[in-house]
Amino acid sequence: MNGDNVLEVRDLRISFSTYAGEVQAVRGTTFELRRGETLAIVGESGSGKSVAARSIMRLNPDANTIVRGGEILFEDNDLLKLSEKRMQRIRGPKIAMVFQDPMTSLDPTMRVGRQIMEALKKHLGMSGRRATERAVELLDMVGIPNAEARVRQYPHQFSGGMRQRVVIAIALACDPQIFIADEPTTALDVTIQAQILELLRDLQERIGSSVILITHDLGVVASVADRVAVMYSGKVIETGTVREIFYQPKMPYTWGLLASIPLPTADRSQELIPIPGSPPDALDPPKGCPFTARCQYAMKVCAEEMPAYTRFSAEHEAACWLHHDMAPNVEPPAQIGGHR
Amino acid sequence: METQDRQLDPGLFKPAEIDQQEGEKIAGPPVSFWKDSWIRLQKNRGALISLAVVVFLFAMAFIIGPLVSPHSPYYQNLANRYLGPTSEFWFGTDKFGRDMWTRVWAGTRVSLYIGLLAALLDIFVGVVYGAISGFLGGRTDDVMQRGIEILNGVPYLIVAILAMVVFEPGILTITIALGLTGWTFMARIVRGRMMQLKNQEFALASRSLGASGLRVVWKHLIPNSLGLIVINLMFTIPSAIFAEAFLSFIGLGIQVPEASLGSLISDGAAELRFHPGLLWFPSAIFCLLMICFNLLGDGLRDALDPKMRK
Amino acid sequence: MTEQSTNGQAGETPVLLEIKDLKKYFRIGRESLKAVDGISLEIKRGETFGLVGESGCGKSTAGRVLVRLYEPSGGSIIYDGQDVGEAKGEAAKILNRKLQMIFQDPQASLNPRMTVGDIIAEGVDIHHLAADKKERLDKVHELLKTVGLSEEHANRYPHEFSGGQRQRIGVARALAVDPEFIVADEPVSALDVSIQAQVINLMKRLQREKNLTYLFISHDLSVVKYISDRVGVMYLGVLVEMADSEKLYDDPLHPYTQALLSAVPLPDPDLENERERTVLQGDVPSPVFPPSGCRFRTRCPEAMEVCAEIVPDWREIKPGHFTACHLYYDARAEQRESQAATAG
Repeated sequence: MNGDNVLEVRDLRISFSTYAGEVQAVRGTTFELRRGETLAIVGESGSGKSVAARSIMRLNPDANTIVRGGEILFEDNDLLKLSEKRMQRIRGPKIAMVFQDPMTSLDPTMRVGRQIMEALKKHLGMSGRRATERAVELLDMVGIPNAEARVRQYPHQFSGGMRQRVVIAIALACDPQIFIADEPTTALDVTIQAQILELLRDLQERIGSSVILITHDLGVVASVADRVAVMYSGKVIETGTVREIFYQPKMPYTWGLLASIPLPTADRSQELIPIPGSPPDALDPPKGCPFTARCQYAMKVCAEEMPAYTRFSAEHEAACWLHHDMAPNVEPPAQIGGHR
Repeated sequence: METQDRQLDPGLFKPAEIDQQEGEKIAGPPVSFWKDSWIRLQKNRGALISLAVVVFLFAMAFIIGPLVSPHSPYYQNLANRYLGPTSEFWFGTDKFGRDMWTRVWAGTRVSLYIGLLAALLDIFVGVVYGAISGFLGGRTDDVMQRGIEILNGVPYLIVAILAMVVFEPGILTITIALGLTGWTFMARIVRGRMMQLKNQEFALASRSLGASGLRVVWKHLIPNSLGLIVINLMFTIPSAIFAEAFLSFIGLGIQVPEASLGSLISDGAAELRFHPGLLWFPSAIFCLLMICFNLLGDGLRDALDPKMRK
Repeated sequence: MTEQSTNGQAGETPVLLEIKDLKKYFRIGRESLKAVDGISLEIKRGETFGLVGESGCGKSTAGRVLVRLYEPSGGSIIYDGQDVGEAKGEAAKILNRKLQMIFQDPQASLNPRMTVGDIIAEGVDIHHLAADKKERLDKVHELLKTVGLSEEHANRYPHEFSGGQRQRIGVARALAVDPEFIVADEPVSALDVSIQAQVINLMKRLQREKNLTYLFISHDLSVVKYISDRVGVMYLGVLVEMADSEKLYDDPLHPYTQALLSAVPLPDPDLENERERTVLQGDVPSPVFPPSGCRFRTRCPEAMEVCAEIVPDWREIKPGHFTACHLYYDARAEQRESQAATAG
């Protein structure tokens, strides 16, 4: 494993068996998380991003999850192959996760302080006074005013944004190396989202953890990410630094995503350019590039075979047949690239 | 990773014909909710077998049983008392020499009738009451719910006894006792569902299109509650059968010479020492009925439960 | 059928919808939740009016009151000269057809037990707009094509469609009764970004083709700015600012609008880095006990003493640009003047 990387996901393939058949959620996903950076995994619904993240923590339901291949390397171990017991020692102290819905992430019957202390007790062996102090410290760190009093309150006494902060506090309790946030602000109002994003940036600076941020909101990505991986239909189709992805995207899906967002600076008389159609069915994914059916540049080869990755810079690579020598030259649409 | 150097046919790099409408196409035939559930039900062996058994028992009780045997359930012949199963009396005879085969099926008929009655009451009284209460809400709901609470407060047994005082004990008293109390559970369930559904966007959409309350309830809310209603019915039936059996067992229900599974079991229990057959046959049929309805109910719940979808 | 229109000067588009001091309160136990607490605005025929705000501001409730899903607790709604509250019987039915709604959740807004054809034709059935089955089916097919779906979709069930397709079915359903005014309540919030554009483009096209008027309710500022001609910003049940779409974004007057715009993350990394952000502290107060005076004062970075004492007046600060904020007028001075005038 490369020294710079704190986590490596290689050719991950995860499927779910349902009564309708096998749902191929993740079909060969590869990405790395470097030490101290924020990696954003962007994708729309059905892209497999949440499944991939949960696979890192092995949180997919055992009953119908099939690991069809790949490896997740962390600290010289393949997380997919570890026993449940050893995973439990990793979840929490080494890798922590924050989910989307703050309403259901907290146990409504337990005081907030106790929920934080659970993690402290189990993984760090802290107890009593020391644990309570640390819990208050954590609540303070995530910006909850009056932490000493609030540590004894119940989740329903907190607002949505505050609850999300509590969830972040629990995740940070044991100083994890990797922090995975799955759509942490999607359920929150815009002004609260701004608060939480500021908190995440702040915390990362202070603690220096490596963060994987999963989202569908390109604004959030531009705001907090260092590097970006774009997922579609279970595959990573482009990765790069945040500037490379926004200003020099190389794959029609990325172009489509950027062109379909109404920017506040955009011209109202111009029509938005949507991506026609819908993502492919995960029960029966196409054999070639999954974006073919919706791509206006599609060529015959796209439907036949998945393209290899073309590297554009140290960090930037994309999987698209348009970059093959024999493909015609195509310029991305005018709206993409550069400041407007 | 670099681009592959394999030799590829340049023809592959011509534009592909993409039909935009293809993206909108849906594969396969339309799948309605009921078809979907039936497919799921079929995968549950236990439920399917139970369904078959229930249908079989129905057929036996109402058609085949009485047709096949020449005997009457009431005809007494003291010369034939306490016979075990013979070729003439397939289930044997009881202490008055009556043919057990026809008596047991007569009893099953009574039990099934009670089950059916309970189901009908559930549908016509329970669902309607619950739907009105849940949909209208507010004061009306408050009043209607207090009504149910009062009805529930009166023990089922007391009602049966009172009915017995006024009328002759028998099918009528059971019907009355059931009619007054048996539907309240369904009413509550339907009410809960109505309250859940009436603020769903599809119900609001219908109202904003101008639909009357009645239309919303009949076309939108009830169809989306059918799953719940059917499941509940499958559990009401055995519990009604059991209630009747219990009443008959303690003598408050069916009286001699009529037979019900409960009274047969009661009589059989008294003779257990020397003539166990009199207990086994009605008990076996009774247990079979109960188990099958319960398994079917479970199976239906799994099949109809939308959360298990995809 | 009386049709009165309030005509402005010659050449001015007539006002189609006028809302005066609209209120909607909900009783929770003994307290009253003031979801909408006095909003007034005018929407002209053919325009798109955007209503933005965060959760709990009352924008969705206001939309639902407009389509009579809720009865208003106060104020009036005047549609095309007719008072909506006073309309009864036949007139009410006709009015009902003119004001339709598109809902937010593509999953919950379609009855899962009905075929798409039946869902779309429901309005036709209720108002008897088709003479026979054939006419009904024709209408359904036409509507499906209008929203970019095909005829064969009429026999299918909602769960077989994607979110974007379901929203389009919702649009078709609303169109079936030939409405003039459509309240769109967060119509694209639940959709993926690339699909949002499909539905937005559809709505714009339909507006041109059928001369529709929209009230577009959303919390997504970028989408609202793109599709709306004018925008109103709501906070805790009241309007705090209203202006032409461009003006609101270029020159927001009210501190809440400024904070809101500042909070939206833009898909442009360099801009994001350079931006100066105003991050609001604290949480939204409860709509059961809104703060005295200006409701926003508990989180406002520019709050002054007067903000707690006097409710700011709704004023036109620049042409066509309204706001209710003490930063733009001196309430105390005016009070003194009027007291002096009555005394002297």
